[in-house]
Amino acid sequence: MGIVETKNLVFEYIRRDEEGNVEGITRAVDDVNLSVGQGDFIAILGHNGSGKSTLAKHINAIHYPTEGTVWVDGKDTCEDANLWDIRQEAGMVFQNPDNQIIGQVVEEDVGFGPENLGVPTQEIWQRVEESLKAVGMYEFRKYSPNKLSGGQKQRVSIAGVIAMHPKCIVLDEPTAMLDPNGRREVIRAVRALNDVEEITIILITHYMEEIIYANKVFVMDKGKIAMEGSPKEIFSQVEKLKSLRLDVPQVTLLAHELRESGLAIPAGILTCEELVASLSAIRRRRGWG
Amino acid sequence: MLRDITLGQYYQTDSVIHRLDPRVKLVTTVCYIVSLFVVDNFVGYILAGLFLALVVKLSKVPVKFMVRGMKSILFLLLIALIFNLFLTPGEVVVSVWKLQITREGIRQAVFMAVRLVFLLMGSSVMTLTTTPNQLTDGMEKLLGPLRVVKVPVHEIAMMMSIALRFIPILLEETDKIMKAQMARGADFESGNLIKKVKSLVPLLVPLFISAFRRANDLAMAMESRCYRGGGNRTKMKPLIYQKRDRLAYGAVFCYLVLCIAFGKILL
Repeated sequence: MGIVETKNLVFEYIRRDEEGNVEGITRAVDDVNLSVGQGDFIAILGHNGSGKSTLAKHINAIHYPTEGTVWVDGKDTCEDANLWDIRQEAGMVFQNPDNQIIGQVVEEDVGFGPENLGVPTQEIWQRVEESLKAVGMYEFRKYSPNKLSGGQKQRVSIAGVIAMHPKCIVLDEPTAMLDPNGRREVIRAVRALNDVEEITIILITHYMEEIIYANKVFVMDKGKIAMEGSPKEIFSQVEKLKSLRLDVPQVTLLAHELRESGLAIPAGILTCEELVASLSAIRRRRGWG
Repeated sequence: MLRDITLGQYYQTDSVIHRLDPRVKLVTTVCYIVSLFVVDNFVGYILAGLFLALVVKLSKVPVKFMVRGMKSILFLLLIALIFNLFLTPGEVVVSVWKLQITREGIRQAVFMAVRLVFLLMGSSVMTLTTTPNQLTDGMEKLLGPLRVVKVPVHEIAMMMSIALRFIPILLEETDKIMKAQMARGADFESGNLIKKVKSLVPLLVPLFISAFRRANDLAMAMESRCYRGGGNRTKMKPLIYQKRDRLAYGAVFCYLVLCIAFGKILL
């Protein structure tokens, strides 16, 4: 069994009017079966309201399934006895960097998780140092979070999660409120964690550029998983992505258009380099190079 | 800049007083205030003055910082002075029209003024040398025994430190909302008081909504990091008494004894 498994997961929001009568039910997550292996880098894509954030909150036991089951490291999230183990093993990073930093100094914020777990003082300091170094924020340890940029704050949030020694980190649109530089910083930190520390990453995003590093991509629509596969497989289906109201990276789109108009370019081009390589291959084949 | 605001006017430097355990400073401040009300003769006030001067000297905080804080109580000081001067019965020294200044009145007024100045200076030494964070930590630890009578000490301390963390963020947000409303023609400056207060409504409503939203997000983030109240938490920066803290306690105790001995019993 993988680190995160869901089976026929259903979650319904119940809307009530002012007297508390049920006004309607929204099915935010609808029959999702997910399996994430240890050390994977998973990306979950979807436009607003596709249910991706709701799904993420199940992994940290913030939401409980209406139907079906979620297992984190083999533990059922519905059982109260497992709650704190699950929250320690599956850390979560949220969208707004300001609303998830508790400490008034960077190092104190990173220490907040271990303090809650009852880790001895000596070891807290050690963990804080390690985690801040892992995201490249060690030299800012004495700073006030209010003086950091958005990308730096998100890296501090990530360090705060790593300090709890999780097996898996769920990032719920961590870059949505950042500028392009901040986005790059955060994604680089996340990739390093996956490569070096072998922590399982579940990245929820609607930026296509961020998913090309993932092992596996799930695309969600109306609470269901609409597509699943490697980034290449996903991006080779440009038309389907468009029908799900998702944008494709420009390079991929250009490659797709060229392919449509008859050039022999492979499907699912993700980077500039790949496109250049395949175009020059065509030039050589035609004897122009 | 709004974002650099610090509450409680902390003065950043490195001194013995800065390094003292916040609990020592809290206890000392309370003892000092008590001592000011215990003594009622010149020797006692000289003692209190010397003690304060010594602490200020050790804290390396420039005296002008202390004096700046005095401005806020100038008015109060004047009222106390005038009332004591004219309304204390006793041996008349000067008499102008219906007002009489008595010997007891002068004594009373001077004591009152000195007492107020010492009081404010004494407590501002504490806030100038202790970060708000250390203060909440110290208070949590000191009030710890109240947990037996079901006072949520840890929760109160946590609330205080979160409030401190969010003050600059909310200030910045107020600024942003204010500019946004001004761009749409809101007027915060002109008109009488009632009009001015009314004009704050379009500022406060969005501010409150956003504060609640932030609170909700923060609560979720704290829970997802395994926060479950004060129960079996450990501390990253635990408060442990050092040798200098014990020495400070000793000094404060001696000071109190001296105050009671010279300021109260003799003379």
